[in-house]
Amino acid sequence: MVDSVVIPLLKIVIVLNATLVAVTYMVLLERKVIAWAQSRLGPMRVGPYGILQPIADAVKLMIKEDITPNRADRWVFTAAPIISMVPALIVYAVIPFGPEISLFGRKVSLYITDINVGLLYIVSVASVGVYGIILAGYASNSKFPLLASLRASAQLISYEVAVTLTLVSVILMAGTLSMVGIVNAQYNQHVWFIFVQPIAFALVLIGGLAETNRAPFDLPEAEQELTGGFHTEYSGMRFALFFLAEYANMIVVSSVVTTLFLGGWLPPFPNTPVLHALYYVPSWIWFFLKSFAFLYFFIWVRATLPRYRYDQLMRLGWKVLIPLAIANLVVTGIVKVMLL
Amino acid sequence: MATETIHHGAMFDTNELVLNMGPQHPSTHGVLRVVLRLDGEKVVDADVVIGYLHRGIEKLSENRNWTQIVLLTDRMDYVAAATNNVGYCETVEKLLQLEVPRRARFVRTILCELQRIASHCLWIGTHAMDIGAMTVFLYAFRERELILDLFEEFCGARLTYNSMRIGGLPLDVPPGWPKKVLEFCDIMDSKVGEYEELLTHNRIWLERTKGVGVISGADAVAIGLSGPPLRGSGIPKDVRKDEPYAAYDEMQFDVPIGTNGDTYDRYLVRLEEFRQSLRIIRQATEGLPEGPIVGKVPRLIKPAAGETYHAIESPKGELGYFIVSDGKSTNPYRFRVRPPSFCNLQALRTLVKGHLVADVVALIGSLDVVLGEVDR
Repeated sequence: MVDSVVIPLLKIVIVLNATLVAVTYMVLLERKVIAWAQSRLGPMRVGPYGILQPIADAVKLMIKEDITPNRADRWVFTAAPIISMVPALIVYAVIPFGPEISLFGRKVSLYITDINVGLLYIVSVASVGVYGIILAGYASNSKFPLLASLRASAQLISYEVAVTLTLVSVILMAGTLSMVGIVNAQYNQHVWFIFVQPIAFALVLIGGLAETNRAPFDLPEAEQELTGGFHTEYSGMRFALFFLAEYANMIVVSSVVTTLFLGGWLPPFPNTPVLHALYYVPSWIWFFLKSFAFLYFFIWVRATLPRYRYDQLMRLGWKVLIPLAIANLVVTGIVKVMLL
Repeated sequence: MATETIHHGAMFDTNELVLNMGPQHPSTHGVLRVVLRLDGEKVVDADVVIGYLHRGIEKLSENRNWTQIVLLTDRMDYVAAATNNVGYCETVEKLLQLEVPRRARFVRTILCELQRIASHCLWIGTHAMDIGAMTVFLYAFRERELILDLFEEFCGARLTYNSMRIGGLPLDVPPGWPKKVLEFCDIMDSKVGEYEELLTHNRIWLERTKGVGVISGADAVAIGLSGPPLRGSGIPKDVRKDEPYAAYDEMQFDVPIGTNGDTYDRYLVRLEEFRQSLRIIRQATEGLPEGPIVGKVPRLIKPAAGETYHAIESPKGELGYFIVSDGKSTNPYRFRVRPPSFCNLQALRTLVKGHLVADVVALIGSLDVVLGEVDR
């Protein structure tokens, strides 16, 4: 009873809440990091160094008037933010934050579940999220959001293919689709997959930026061109859901990249006797450190780069990333067959 | 505007989409309205609608005396108020055939060039922001702030300066001011490199600006472009060199020109102008002569009947004033401005055709228009 119901439920509650808190604080972190990059201070008023800013933001967004435009498709308009938020949250079910540990004399695994098609589950659920954006743009019955949703669907097609093809080469390396299995494979092979699959790593990182609509691929919301893009007509909490979904997706991408390429909860060069001291650092700390590095990278990129244009983004996706992904897959396959 | 059906041969026909960009839009730099006709994201045609910031400055000026008009010129190109002041005062001086002391002319040169840097700072910031690079905006505004501080010390105001009088300056420069200007030049020198580091060789920036909005030199002249957009197309026309005013005849500087006439070349031209402006400021500040700051101005300014046109090189291009005096009243009979932004904006329609929506904002930024000046 305890093992099958109480602990999983507890884990779900903890992960869900931790995610939501992390997401709100991601917003603050982003504002702070970008502010530092731009030689200013960022939020400073709410609490010391602005650390209570997310709470103020949340309160503001919740008490704001929630407007549905007159000519909007009411049901789809309401459903769109939910469609975009839910996939971003349920992906966390298969992300392994750490291995099985014993806690109060009980074996507890630091992930909600480990299914044998974990990676496939992530890819498929994550691609549902973009429907939220497409539907939001369609349902708003406004021209700028419509253009944004066109861009979002084009972007989805160009990048989903490249990223998924790239992930296949990682699966070839690990021989499993299970997220825990992939980490264990890195443990057994004594090496993080970033060192054996550097091209795949770069491709997934670029594709991840594009999939989460982050700069320099933030075309669907391009404020300067489309006045906010798909969420132009949204206000209050519904807007906040889109916002939270974007940041939740950022954390998902960071966690997935960490798991696939940086050995998840494993220290550098895992399973090497010389570096055994590194195991004294708790596994989940390794995981969070690595994910945090990626989140920081995402923010850093946003502060540095201009935005790609729609056609250039498509060209990059179809003419560079997909051929590279296929080549990488073929080479990985050949090497794998020759060596084993 | 009626939409037209676009025929795609064997495929389904589609309709044009009319997109109203502005006057409330984050990238139209004020209150510009562009009505775009789109085929997907491709711009088929663009209609530029102006007039949202019209305050009737030209007509107002006909009912103000000659000194009061300086204040109105501030409100035209409000990011380069000092240049407008200088242009107007010089036109009236030309009408009065008034000799301006050398010190005043030097200070005018310094102010004009400081103003050019401030205006270009605003331009590079907003232009980069339109293309998605937001950090440059804050970097550029950090330096613009220093210039505003210098202006505040000189005339007390930070945006609409009213910093010029007919015949010279309202006040002499404060003690220690020239030294601060030179210090600013040293700071600015390194900062221009910082902007370049973020943009000039950035792959995305190159892809977004190279080959976008190409206009040939001949077309640019035909449309009446001036300033950096004209020089970006390879025409070395600069009023500072061709018809020197203030103290530009005593200054050593180069006029940068581009070759391709695209957004990237216009960007490079303005970047080089940062450096040339610093060069001019250094020369003018180091060689600042002693002497009076106001010429022999009559107590009642009442030019003899006649008309005159005088142009200066504002940060945006050729800023000309055409003034008619009837010789009887203490206000101009006709006051007409040739605003560079207005003339440059005419090119927008030609430039955006065939490009994408994202390029429209890049091109508005690349022309560097200020709507206060377009509408007046």
